[in-house]
Amino acid sequence: MTEHKWSLTSSTRESRIFATLAIVAVLLLIAAPWLVSRGLIRDLFQIMTLLVLAQCWNLLAGYAGLISVGQQAFVGIGAYVFFSFAVFMPIPPALAILAAGIVAAGIGVAAASFTFRLQGAYFAVGTWVVAEVVQLTLAKQSVLGGGSGMSLPREFRETMPGFGILREMGFSKSAAIDVIAYWMVLLLCVVTILVIYRFMRTPAGLGLGAVRDNVIAARSVGVNATRLKWLVYLGCNFITGIAGALIFMQKQRVSPDTAFSVIDWSAFVIFVVVIGGIGTIEGPIIGVLIFYLLQSFLADLGPIYLIILGALGIVSILVAPSGIWGLISSRTGIVLFPIRHNLKKLG
Amino acid sequence: MSPVLQTHDLTAFYGDFQALFGIDMHLDEGETLAIIGANGAGKSTLLRAISGLLPHAADAVLLEGRPVGNLPAFELSHQGISMVPEGRKLFASLSVEENLKTGADAFTRPGFWSLERVYELFPILKERQHQPATSLSGGQQQMVAIGRALMSNPKVLLCDEISLGLAPVVIRDIYAALPQIREAGASVVVVEQDIGQAMKVADRVICMMEGRVTLEGTPADLSREAIHNAYFGDAA
Amino acid sequence: MILIDTILQGVMLGGLYALFALGLSLTFGVMRLVNLAHGDLILLGSYIILTLAGSLYLPPLIAALVALPIMFVLGWALQRFLLNHALHDDILPPLIVTFGLSILIQNGLLAIFTADSRRLSLGGIEAQSFAVGPLNIGVLPLMTLLAAVLVVLLLNFVFFKTALGRAFRATSDDATTLTLMGRDTRRVFAIATGIALVVAGVAAFFLATRASINPSIGPARLIFAFEAVIIGGLGSFWGTLIGGIILGVAQTLGGSIDPEFQVLAGHLVFIAILFLRPRGLFPRAFD
Repeated sequence: MTEHKWSLTSSTRESRIFATLAIVAVLLLIAAPWLVSRGLIRDLFQIMTLLVLAQCWNLLAGYAGLISVGQQAFVGIGAYVFFSFAVFMPIPPALAILAAGIVAAGIGVAAASFTFRLQGAYFAVGTWVVAEVVQLTLAKQSVLGGGSGMSLPREFRETMPGFGILREMGFSKSAAIDVIAYWMVLLLCVVTILVIYRFMRTPAGLGLGAVRDNVIAARSVGVNATRLKWLVYLGCNFITGIAGALIFMQKQRVSPDTAFSVIDWSAFVIFVVVIGGIGTIEGPIIGVLIFYLLQSFLADLGPIYLIILGALGIVSILVAPSGIWGLISSRTGIVLFPIRHNLKKLG
Repeated sequence: MSPVLQTHDLTAFYGDFQALFGIDMHLDEGETLAIIGANGAGKSTLLRAISGLLPHAADAVLLEGRPVGNLPAFELSHQGISMVPEGRKLFASLSVEENLKTGADAFTRPGFWSLERVYELFPILKERQHQPATSLSGGQQQMVAIGRALMSNPKVLLCDEISLGLAPVVIRDIYAALPQIREAGASVVVVEQDIGQAMKVADRVICMMEGRVTLEGTPADLSREAIHNAYFGDAA
Repeated sequence: MILIDTILQGVMLGGLYALFALGLSLTFGVMRLVNLAHGDLILLGSYIILTLAGSLYLPPLIAALVALPIMFVLGWALQRFLLNHALHDDILPPLIVTFGLSILIQNGLLAIFTADSRRLSLGGIEAQSFAVGPLNIGVLPLMTLLAAVLVVLLLNFVFFKTALGRAFRATSDDATTLTLMGRDTRRVFAIATGIALVVAGVAAFFLATRASINPSIGPARLIFAFEAVIIGGLGSFWGTLIGGIILGVAQTLGGSIDPEFQVLAGHLVFIAILFLRPRGLFPRAFD
């Protein structure tokens, strides 16, 4: 009888090729401001903000079972915190962005003490109520510009890290803001995906998958579902708050209607995740690319575009509940972000 | 004369797990058939498959010679198969009388049974008619479940573990209703854990083990040893 | 006296919110479905009534009565061909489907009727009121409240006195066992959603007569409806009516302090009640 050596590995051949390609892609994306037009930089910015929000929503709904239609609350809070610092207490922009995430997470705790009392589908509407409350409260504050909102002060723009260098390299003032916002969101996007990926491979993350599949069974093997849900909710709201700050930093204007838009920060995000494939890290990436293609062809149609998108979301969840990535993955067996550990025979 | 109910090579799965392996059984007109076997032998699965709760091939179940295996549960109920489910499954927010009425709400088939006749069969239910069904004792709840199944005047009555968890004296009361149920025209299948009880009430007994029929015969024909072997396997 | 008047206005506004909420309460009670498109479906009903009254020159009340069977068929078809396929153990598909539907209806209305505000004119009844002592009661708000009470009575009759009502309650207890009793639960669900949309149609009539509407106001109606249902608890239609009234009173009291505070006050009372009574004021016995 021969003895076999075994090793525990989670990577697959495709995942190693993909990882290499991903590093090349990120390097290209960093260099993009010198390689592509400003219009494309803005598109890439939009794609990546949407991807960050989609990864967060996917973690909430796809892994933790927290189906929220109120994440616009935290986008808006992040945006308003950032603008408040910019207008009233100009601190370094990077700190203001961080503060946006922290405040969003903090208000998330208060919101959760209410929404976590609601079960299942009621949680979804509860989060929406919270978003409404936050929006209505902020819109009443005349110091924050009331219903018409605020603009980012010029002087504050110029304190952005790298602004001076970009100006010297020949970028216009607003192009420089675009580029800085773009790099920041690129960083946020990469960090978000890596953090979620690392988290999903920890015992806690694997436990979360178990909670989604069966709460009682997971509890019986020692997974604390409630604590995990809090952790995920906090983390997602922190990232969503930062994303909100970056989105409106790039727009250089914020108002209650845009900052708390259900369509922009919930509907689009949810459809991206559902169409791409919920419960995987790959799904939102695919979804965001499809969304971008649709938008570039159909956005001129106005309401018709949104009708098509709504119909696509419905068809997708009914016909292919695991999304386009689910179809690809089950046909080909390809996994780009392997989470499961496989036994591999050595020699 | 063809049997009122017949299965032919009936297989059933729970996901990937095969629970029934080619069951051939039949139930004659007016007969009471008992199905016995250990826990997990597939008795309840067989009843669930016959009643349409588990999918299988169309010609695997014949009712009065017609293939009905592909019909959903509610259709089979219209065709005359009625079930007293395991654990009674009364509707908790309905009263006793409302529970009974649900048995005949969706459709009516002419026959012996009506609300009054069910109350005559189980007089205690008339006293409790306005109480929430789940506030009754276990035995009385079982009477509601049986009454509810009778309300549609079924050709075939499937009773899943009706004595489970009940005191012997209560079981005796419930089984005392069986002759009248048969007289009114239903052929009956009872799934029983209690072999003695099964032998007492049945015209014929089949024994199941691991999703297969291992023994069949009239109570008089079956020796204790044969049943023991069919129950636990020959090696036991 | 002003306070009593304000509360009275709130009670009558609560009648409208109860009408928004009763359909939601019904579909949740029967099949645990939270329909995120409920507000937009009410609004769709309003536009159907407006269209019938506008293009066929029907009197408003007749237009509303014609709209009710249309709403029933719409609800029936919606459940039969769409929602039944989404209802399984997983709560995500029905939420996504109804959320998608919400966006679909909202933008469909926008594409057909534009963003312009419209209002159903009743030829002067909207402005009429009568005095009871020192209080002034609007005819239309009172009719709204009475309609809500009537709908509760009718729903209770259907639920507790008919075979269909037994099926509604039984299916929410145990749908599988009900199929053993010969019921096709998919049809029961379709009828339930049909009735829910008839109630939405009644709400749609009063919504369109009370103030002007535009295609974007659906989601806010959903939220009011949801709050009324939750405040009332899931126990009964009367609970939903009381939930609507509490929400209405909270809003008018808030609005009397500061008009901008009206909606927010309703939300805050909703959150406060949920903190004190997590299962609402009249929870159901079995859950």
